[in-house]
Amino acid sequence: MRQAWIITKRELYAYFATPMAFVFIAIFVAMTGAFTFYIGRFFDRNQASLETFFSFHPWLYLLLVPAVAMRLWAEERKSGTIEQLLTLPITTFEAVLGKFLAAWLFCGIALLLTFPMWLTVNVLGAPDNAVVFVSYIGSFLMAGAFLAIGMCMSALTRNQIIAFIAGSVVCFLFTMSGLDLVLNFFRLWAPDAVVTTIASFSFLTRFEALSRGIIDIRDLIYFLSLISFWLFATVIAVETKKAA
Amino acid sequence: MTAMVVVDRLVKTFGNFVAVDGISLTVAKGEVLGFLGPNGAGKTTTMRMIAGFLTPTSGQASVCGHEVANDPIAVKRAMGYMPEGSPSYDDMTVRAFLTFIAAVRGFEGADAQRHIDRAVERVVLDEMIDRPIDVLSKGYKRRVGLAQAILHDPPVLILDEPTDGLDPNQKHHVRSLIKEMASEKAIIISTHILEEVTAVCTRAVIIGNGKLLADGTSDQLLAKLPDYHAVAVVVPVAQVDAAVAAMRGVPNVAYTQSETIDAGTARVRAIPKINAPILSDVASAMRNAGINVAEIFQDRGDLDDVFRLITTGAVKSAA
Repeated sequence: MRQAWIITKRELYAYFATPMAFVFIAIFVAMTGAFTFYIGRFFDRNQASLETFFSFHPWLYLLLVPAVAMRLWAEERKSGTIEQLLTLPITTFEAVLGKFLAAWLFCGIALLLTFPMWLTVNVLGAPDNAVVFVSYIGSFLMAGAFLAIGMCMSALTRNQIIAFIAGSVVCFLFTMSGLDLVLNFFRLWAPDAVVTTIASFSFLTRFEALSRGIIDIRDLIYFLSLISFWLFATVIAVETKKAA
Repeated sequence: MTAMVVVDRLVKTFGNFVAVDGISLTVAKGEVLGFLGPNGAGKTTTMRMIAGFLTPTSGQASVCGHEVANDPIAVKRAMGYMPEGSPSYDDMTVRAFLTFIAAVRGFEGADAQRHIDRAVERVVLDEMIDRPIDVLSKGYKRRVGLAQAILHDPPVLILDEPTDGLDPNQKHHVRSLIKEMASEKAIIISTHILEEVTAVCTRAVIIGNGKLLADGTSDQLLAKLPDYHAVAVVVPVAQVDAAVAAMRGVPNVAYTQSETIDAGTARVRAIPKINAPILSDVASAMRNAGINVAEIFQDRGDLDDVFRLITTGAVKSAA
């Protein structure tokens, strides 16, 4: 765990060594605001809640989180530093976990910097801050799941653009699987159990519950086990593809 | 002589391509082993398997008694490894990078600082310590790679082409650094520069097509040349026949060659039977025959020739 944390610190250093981190955070904060006020019609709704704010998170993550994840392994392979990293006395799992935690913390920082939204609703009215808090937790967990997927895609290629697109596509499937658009296709021929299973894999379904302030232990387990699965898949991808 | 690195019948295949084909060798403390071979011979693949970066298809390697397959972390602790081209995190400064390496190696605070200072001093990097790695010249980048490899003062060092792409001064510096450290470590370096073997290695192996073709000191390798220890004399053209006759009278001479240098002088070479030294015998034969010798010298042989001969298969391996 100590070794993983050393990797985390190095990765965070790498994020903030370039202006990319600040650009990313600025875009994230600006876009959450823009979506909430313009598309979500925050003022017209006349409600002191952040529901619309959070409802755009899955769609923003779809674009932005794979961009955070794409460099994690693809860059190491492209520059050859993966050989340096994996011949140090650390296990592949520690390296994977360390990198994931760094990216997750980075997303957490971006998420925390949306606090002016929270201040705004508290100035304008009296929102249920417990709901807001649970929603933030839900959003953070969802970002972790997106990241774990994106990191696995990054481990499969040395090209960051491919990692980004593959990450977005897989995340998109996980997001969309709760929509009728996708489910209707399966309803045509698949038994109900299959349709329910597919729907239960959706980020949207899980996140909606959390963003209404409902903490269901199953939703937490869902996100955490999804993250674990993709971290494990990343370890395998790194092990098998490291020298390619 | 304790064997610090033991490699036992290592094989690595990529699909149908056999990159390393049953290489076995040992390296003891105090030895500097040179991996010689053409590009693509399997030097880097072998090193990567010893370093625990690649998993062998079969066979095994161990470092300081730890098997790479069973205890890769112990192996990586006991070893300093510089990958080919010494890739390091370009976005970091030298100091930040070495601090990261020190942390991974388990050093903290003043202890880490002491190790970093010592490594930086050894590779002469102090001027660059606060520069980002991506602005450094190739020579300095290589020093960063060396500094991270020796930071924890490991008993085993594996350096993949440590002098590749450096200018003569930098090469000299890296070589003297390796020689300085050689007495208390087991060191493996790979190179395709043959002068490096004579300059720093106590022993060399020649690898070609994934196989170990020869293993020995540079003298032992030179002895594989058919004309090793050949003796050449420069004589007046008029005395060539007499010189040839005198040489043929020496018991260990296998055959002779003669060529004209210019109008007045010619060179005659005596090639010995199976590497027997013949210099003094040839010299006295010349004197006895009353030949007017202008020059006499013994061929030292050229490692380049050994290398070409062995890797192109012209000489059968004795290993």
